[in-house]
Amino acid sequence: MVPEQSFQHAHSAHCESGVMSLMMHHYGLPLSEAMVFGLSGALMFAYLPFVKLGGMPLIAYRSRPRAIIKGLQKNLGIKMKMQTFAQPEQGTKALDSLLAQGKIVGAQTSVFWLPYFPEEMRFHFNAHNLIIYNKEGDEYLISDPVFETPVRCGTQALQKARFVKGVMAPKGLLYYPVHVPETINYAVVLPKAIRKNAKVMLKTPVPIAGIRGIRYLAKAIGKLEQKDRRYAKLFLGHIVRMQEEIGTGGAGFRFIYASFLQEAGKLLDNPLLVESSKMMTLVGDQWREFALMLAKAIRSKKSQTIDFWALKTKLESVADAEAAVYRKLLEGNLV
Amino acid sequence: MDNSKVPQHNISTYANNKKAIYATDENGKYGIIASSGWDVEEAATKQALQELERLSSQAYAQALSGQASPLYFHMYDRRMDLQTLAQATGMFQWRIKRHFRPTAFDKLSAKMLARYAETLGISVEELRELPKRRANGA
Repeated sequence: MVPEQSFQHAHSAHCESGVMSLMMHHYGLPLSEAMVFGLSGALMFAYLPFVKLGGMPLIAYRSRPRAIIKGLQKNLGIKMKMQTFAQPEQGTKALDSLLAQGKIVGAQTSVFWLPYFPEEMRFHFNAHNLIIYNKEGDEYLISDPVFETPVRCGTQALQKARFVKGVMAPKGLLYYPVHVPETINYAVVLPKAIRKNAKVMLKTPVPIAGIRGIRYLAKAIGKLEQKDRRYAKLFLGHIVRMQEEIGTGGAGFRFIYASFLQEAGKLLDNPLLVESSKMMTLVGDQWREFALMLAKAIRSKKSQTIDFWALKTKLESVADAEAAVYRKLLEGNLV
Repeated sequence: MDNSKVPQHNISTYANNKKAIYATDENGKYGIIASSGWDVEEAATKQALQELERLSSQAYAQALSGQASPLYFHMYDRRMDLQTLAQATGMFQWRIKRHFRPTAFDKLSAKMLARYAETLGISVEELRELPKRRANGA
């Protein structure tokens, strides 16, 4: 586990997979962001109407925060040191001393309290991830993977962002690898991770996750007709935000997963994976068509009626198309 | 999605930032394209911001007329709601709700005020007042 000479920032779609990809590169294991995402089995869908965030039900296109870090540890044999703190001052001291040792450190933060975020993007989301790679005076040098270039943040501001309380409170979480394998046996880990993810999406026992979760959301959209129009529009807008606004690489992580399947197909020289990647790209395109329909609905005037039935039907056809990809992946030979 | 179809709508919510989008080149190979935004996303973000703005203006009017305490306004102004504020302060919702009443808010101890101020990221003085600039709806 030899660190490269200097840390290299790269623009990524998603914070957690971006952080892990950059970290692995830094310690000599070049894994693309898509590989990190796919190998950790992070692709998901969940619709949890009983969990509310800012008054809206939880809709997620990937597994829960920290699942990428944990999935990667489990599937690749990477070992991470993960530390949380009771006192903010303690957390800042620990970070400073890790930086003084020349480490690059991953951290979980709130989005709202990071001053370098554009004003209109600052919402109370507490599971953002970034890398702190140095400190100059009172400023941290930060590699935030969803930004094109490195950014800076003052000590007090970062401390506040790391120690907000509430849902998914970061508790100052810091993490860095203590062991990174030199080589990966892709012929073993890739099929395993892909098959497992497909199984979770297809055969989940609960009706709120996987393909069944998508259908459940479709059903909820069908019922919006009876709800207050303002709420209905906010609900539809909320779906778009979860799919496109938060860093998903487009189409709620479906394109990033297609990229992963393509890379896996090339590594293993497997035509089935390459073909599945193309199918997943088409699924992603359909998700984008769905988002476009939603945007039209939320921009509609009072006099126009919203065709909830059409939205529901569209989402159901997306679910069908996506299920077909997983079925193909489970039936075929992946090695 | 094809590289050429990655939206470049220069959306205002990005404030000149770009997001990484996964798309395919002419040979079908995936890569990352920096996108200046999709107007579909912009519509959704703006809708959410407008809703927050609507709530905070409403709260402002209520606080101005003495129906609610400044805390009620500041909560929405910081893009929170009762649930978020309760979780962020570690207090029960009913207790915070009480403090939305001007009479209860005026009796709050310095310690309590400091707790709210710290959570909202403003000073105690700011917490006790309504900002002037909002008076004309700006």
